Amino acid sequence: MTAVDLDATKFEAEKLFQRKRMIGFAVPAVIAVYFVYIFFAFDLPGLAGRASLDNAVTLASDSWSHKVHVTRDNRSGEITYAVEGERKGAYPDGMRPDWISGEETITIDLGGDHIVRYLSDNRTEIEIPGFQLIEVQAEGRSLTANLPDDLPDWISASGRRIGITTPEGRITLTGARTEVFNYFPGWELFWFTLDSPYHGQGLGALLFGERLDPGRLNISGAISDWWNNAMWRHKDVAWAIGETILMAFLGTMGAAIIALPLAFLAAKRFSPLMLLRAATRRLFDFVRGVDALIWTVVLARAFGPGPLTGALAILITDTGTFGKIFSEALENVDQRQIEGVSSTGAKPLQRYRFGVIPQVVPVLLAQILYFLESNTRSATIIGAITGGGIGLMLTQAIQTQKDWEEVAYYIVLIIAMVMFMDWFSGWLRGKLIGRKD
Amino acid sequence: MADISLSDAPQSVVSIQSAYMAQVQRRRLYGGLTLLIFVVLMVSGFNVAEDRNAGGFWDGLHQIGDYPADVLSEAWEKRADLPGLIAKYFPALVETVNIAAVSTLIGAIGGLFLSLLGTRGLALWPRLIPLFRRISDIMRAVPEIVIALVLIFVLGGGPVPAMIAIAIHTAGALGKMFSEVAENADLKPVEGLASTGATWSQRMLLGVLPQVAPNYVSYTLLRFEINIRASAILGFVGAGGLGYELRNSMAWGPGRFDEAAAIFILLFGTIVFFDQVSSRYRNRLAEGQSQ
Repeated sequence: MTAVDLDATKFEAEKLFQRKRMIGFAVPAVIAVYFVYIFFAFDLPGLAGRASLDNAVTLASDSWSHKVHVTRDNRSGEITYAVEGERKGAYPDGMRPDWISGEETITIDLGGDHIVRYLSDNRTEIEIPGFQLIEVQAEGRSLTANLPDDLPDWISASGRRIGITTPEGRITLTGARTEVFNYFPGWELFWFTLDSPYHGQGLGALLFGERLDPGRLNISGAISDWWNNAMWRHKDVAWAIGETILMAFLGTMGAAIIALPLAFLAAKRFSPLMLLRAATRRLFDFVRGVDALIWTVVLARAFGPGPLTGALAILITDTGTFGKIFSEALENVDQRQIEGVSSTGAKPLQRYRFGVIPQVVPVLLAQILYFLESNTRSATIIGAITGGGIGLMLTQAIQTQKDWEEVAYYIVLIIAMVMFMDWFSGWLRGKLIGRKD
Repeated sequence: MADISLSDAPQSVVSIQSAYMAQVQRRRLYGGLTLLIFVVLMVSGFNVAEDRNAGGFWDGLHQIGDYPADVLSEAWEKRADLPGLIAKYFPALVETVNIAAVSTLIGAIGGLFLSLLGTRGLALWPRLIPLFRRISDIMRAVPEIVIALVLIFVLGGGPVPAMIAIAIHTAGALGKMFSEVAENADLKPVEGLASTGATWSQRMLLGVLPQVAPNYVSYTLLRFEINIRASAILGFVGAGGLGYELRNSMAWGPGRFDEAAAIFILLFGTIVFFDQVSSRYRNRLAEGQSQ
């Protein structure tokens, strides 16, 4: 090699290094510039203004705790005790939590020496340590209270409404009603509602104890009361999860059944007609491109909301995806096996059955099972749009903006469901086509 | 082993044949049973789904074309407005694509760290490998809509909740795919770098990334395709972008079908465009690797 050659090579190498160095700096720089653009395009500086910290606090505390409402209707003077203030969580007549005492004067002990008293004539006394005794009188639609002019930030007051937030609980007073919220950790009434005879019984009492309801066996009564729990709706939740998995199953398998014959039409080796091949491929591209969102919207008009609509939306979109994958798999089939089968005098259909199918089945099964898992997630999302399955229950629970413990419950269930399907499809794949290594 | 079968050889042809036939028969029986179970599951599943659906399958089947026909005919009547409407919704389209792009980028960066920290031989803290794997499993299992809905409640509507939600899922999904690639990476360059006293980040950057980069980029592009669809769907539940506009124009019903048609066209065009571009680049990456 001469010196000139060496120089040229060195020059080339240096240019290459320079280009690589340029790329090495340019790529992160472009990404950084893009992030800056997004920072302003998504209005991240304004996000702090739109974000509601109160909502975050409610969400964080409500998802693992529950509150018991003690409500006095100031018109009728009637007092109700209810978990989460819901009718289905209400204490039956004659029953009330043990931190409430008194008949004429109802004394509510929130703990930590925070005491609220419901007095006669719609008067209310609130004792808070380190603060004066608060007295409020409700009359018609207005309130009169002995609050000082400079209020601490945990009290908000107007002539119509007074709100007091303490670490032990919350008190709101309006002309129409007086309400106390007492917070407790845990998901209340998860097993039994208050009207069930099995509420508050231990597992031992249910299994071996005396019969709590004379009409029923303890165990069957307990299961049926739990299953029909009005607060947590275990039955509906189970059905919803079933619907979501059903959508994924029907959609994935239906798509695979439809896509397989079409894939033969789209594969170069099996489809002699160029026009037919191109048409099938464009069809696959079209249904894939329209996307599950638009299919869902269109199908929901024809079939109404429900799991069938979701299943069909998944079916149509995935027919395109499967068609593409299957036809690619079919093009990579080994010709020798087909020749071997046809040398025995096999007819075309037998050639496909014994020459082609055994080669592609592992690929197809792996794809189908992978999509089954991924479609469980899609079915949750599609269910939120079409109105079916656990996705719908989650959206509804979030939209009511108060049942955050139910939201947390559904989220846990959804994650468990997806992880189960992931494990299940992996297990099935292992059983059907053997482990990867 | 060999001499046993030799001593059995004379009478074994018949027994081999019968054993083979029995095996074939058993296989057919199992195959038939599996098929039967599958068919029963499909049929009963279909019946349950139809039962719980608001409208029946056979009633709805001939109505499938109605809505698209309404939309198309109205859009055709007002076809002069269509370019204007497409221009009007173009910013929403940009937002949808931006959500997908940012979340793919953030997710890919997150997935990169999850995969390197969760792969045997590469991990910075080998004891924490199971922890990072579980984190990536859980992030992958959470459907985007769950995080998006919760964040919409806290942060208000707009692109940010969707971006975070998709990024989290993407990090988990890519973390798993990346770590499958990283497991097959050659460890010799890493050892060589370690012998020169390179830090962990230098070993990863110079020893591992050059090996896995084509696969990583290819998977990231595939995710980008998926995320464009996801970001359109999340818009439909209130997270901004094209999906949000689609829901609004659909809520109006007839009279605004031209807007719905414009959004359909934009969405379809975008998905097809990015599918094509990304599959071209992925093919190029795959070819470059096989050379």
